[in-house]
Amino acid sequence: MTAFILARLLQAVPVVLTVALISFLMFTYVGDPVAIMLGQDFTEQQRTQLIHELGLDQPILMQFARFVGNALRGEFGLSYRLSRPVAELIAERAPATLELAGCAALFALALGLPMGVYTGLYRNSWLSRVFLTFSLIGVSLPTFLIGILLILVFSVWLGWLPSFGRGDTVQLGWWSTGLLTLSGLKALVLPSITLGLFQLTLIMRLVRAEMLEVLRTDYIKFARARGLTDRAINFGHALKNTLVPVITIAGLQLGGIIAFAIVTETVFQWPGMGLLFIQSVGVADIPVMAAYLLLIALVFVAINLIVDLLYYAVDPRLRIGRGGH
Amino acid sequence: MLARALDSDIWHSFRGSPITMVSAVVALICIAGAMLAPWLAPSDPFDLASLSLGDAFKPPRWSDGGDPAFPLGSDGQGRDVLSAIMYGGRVSLLVGFAAVLLSTLLGLGLGLLAGYVGGALDAVLMRIADIQLTFPGFLIALLIDGVVRAVLPAEVHDRIALLVVICAIGISAWPSIARTVRGSTLVERNKEYVLAARIIGVPAWRIMLSHVLPNVLGPVLVIATLNLSGAILAEATLSFLGVGMPPTQPSLGTLIRIGNDFLLSGEWWITLFPGAALVALVLSVNLLGDWLRDALNPRLR
Repeated sequence: MTAFILARLLQAVPVVLTVALISFLMFTYVGDPVAIMLGQDFTEQQRTQLIHELGLDQPILMQFARFVGNALRGEFGLSYRLSRPVAELIAERAPATLELAGCAALFALALGLPMGVYTGLYRNSWLSRVFLTFSLIGVSLPTFLIGILLILVFSVWLGWLPSFGRGDTVQLGWWSTGLLTLSGLKALVLPSITLGLFQLTLIMRLVRAEMLEVLRTDYIKFARARGLTDRAINFGHALKNTLVPVITIAGLQLGGIIAFAIVTETVFQWPGMGLLFIQSVGVADIPVMAAYLLLIALVFVAINLIVDLLYYAVDPRLRIGRGGH
Repeated sequence: MLARALDSDIWHSFRGSPITMVSAVVALICIAGAMLAPWLAPSDPFDLASLSLGDAFKPPRWSDGGDPAFPLGSDGQGRDVLSAIMYGGRVSLLVGFAAVLLSTLLGLGLGLLAGYVGGALDAVLMRIADIQLTFPGFLIALLIDGVVRAVLPAEVHDRIALLVVICAIGISAWPSIARTVRGSTLVERNKEYVLAARIIGVPAWRIMLSHVLPNVLGPVLVIATLNLSGAILAEATLSFLGVGMPPTQPSLGTLIRIGNDFLLSGEWWITLFPGAALVALVLSVNLLGDWLRDALNPRLR
């Protein structure tokens, strides 16, 4: 088990280091930071001093090591656009994105899983057809159009839900949450649906396909012959064996949720990391871009690792296979 | 010739699938409307002289206050929405096709090299592909666009925005193609015709291009078709986020972004009709791609 985790961690290192290198190269060579920080009037002495302070006169490998060291301590310098520490900006925005992503993932799983099981078990019922047609729409509509449609119907025409922002938030330590106020919860509804809809349809289709596959196997027939209840067969035997691919896709999609939060946050003007990133891309605010990129890489690597560990927990064959080596 | 084409398997599978025929018609209408925009569109949205603020915010012609001159209504500057969609579709399609072409060429070239040459080159290229595949393609495109923005001054960037977006999306999509090509190249490399060519002294680049390439091309064409809708969507997403095509050269995504500002005040047609056009285009291309995949190569299903 430990060896397995270590091996996976070692595989993750080159990915993170490569992304760190790209961030570093952007940070150092894209858009002269010295010129940006000095502004219009400066003396040659000021310039040399700043170059020295930023460490730009050191060998490139030293600079990279310094960058990684700073990144590990969460220091990414000042945002060109807002002139505030990048780490502070991101920490401020992270709760909004994480709450949104969490709600979207919950929405996708809580609805996608039962819908998938239902369409797998009763494949010819009219409700299954409705679900499948609905999922086709979910797959072909781009995220931002889903958001626009939801705003048009529920905010502009019906006036039920807010169309932008987080509503009122409550401060718990450094974490600002919208989950504790009514307006905060109302503000979460449309963005979560927008962000989670694609994942929902994906999970539903996947669970359905896997259920259909598993229900055809011999051990299900055998379980039926033994006289087990439908409930025990469908959930104890069939669903359990569909979980491995579902965990993979659901896990990888969680990374997708965080990346696509950029789009949803733009549509709903949601004050999260994605909106911060896109505003930074628009004005080429490199420190923010570099930090966000590295953060996303870490999130993706972490998710991949957790998915692998979950495999291990769900599929006993893997444990035996690894033990044999 | 025509008779033979009409009797082929592909034609029969096409006729046997009503959804495919409908999507082919929709895709053809979208493409023809976009290509022939200068001749078919009711007005030229770039002709500033013909615009009048008095025509702004006209609703579609069938609703109250609609004007027959603006079939799908007009936007905040009195531009005809239908014409804007047709011209915007041109940009969307151009970016889509060019980006797919670029990613296919990159994927083919690098995949062939990785598979045929092997060794360290193979390892490096495939590691890069792995790392890139860890992230969603649109994030990579976003990043490339952001870096170019930082390097170039804004007015230069806007002028070459088309090129930047094409490159960003093209580069973001090469790994899936390169992997497929590498896989089939590894198989082909050890076949007898390649060995024979090597023995009679054909140079490596010629073996790759004229012997291996034709034999790995099949699946690539299918993937490229499937990538087209993805590329169109990626461009629309970038433009919607405000980092793709500028308003001076709007694509469907840019139009949706511009229209989005008027959504809350009730002028829904400015954003909804370009959105519908985008969905019609992407959905029909997607369905056509699926059909082509099944028709050409049942094994890929």
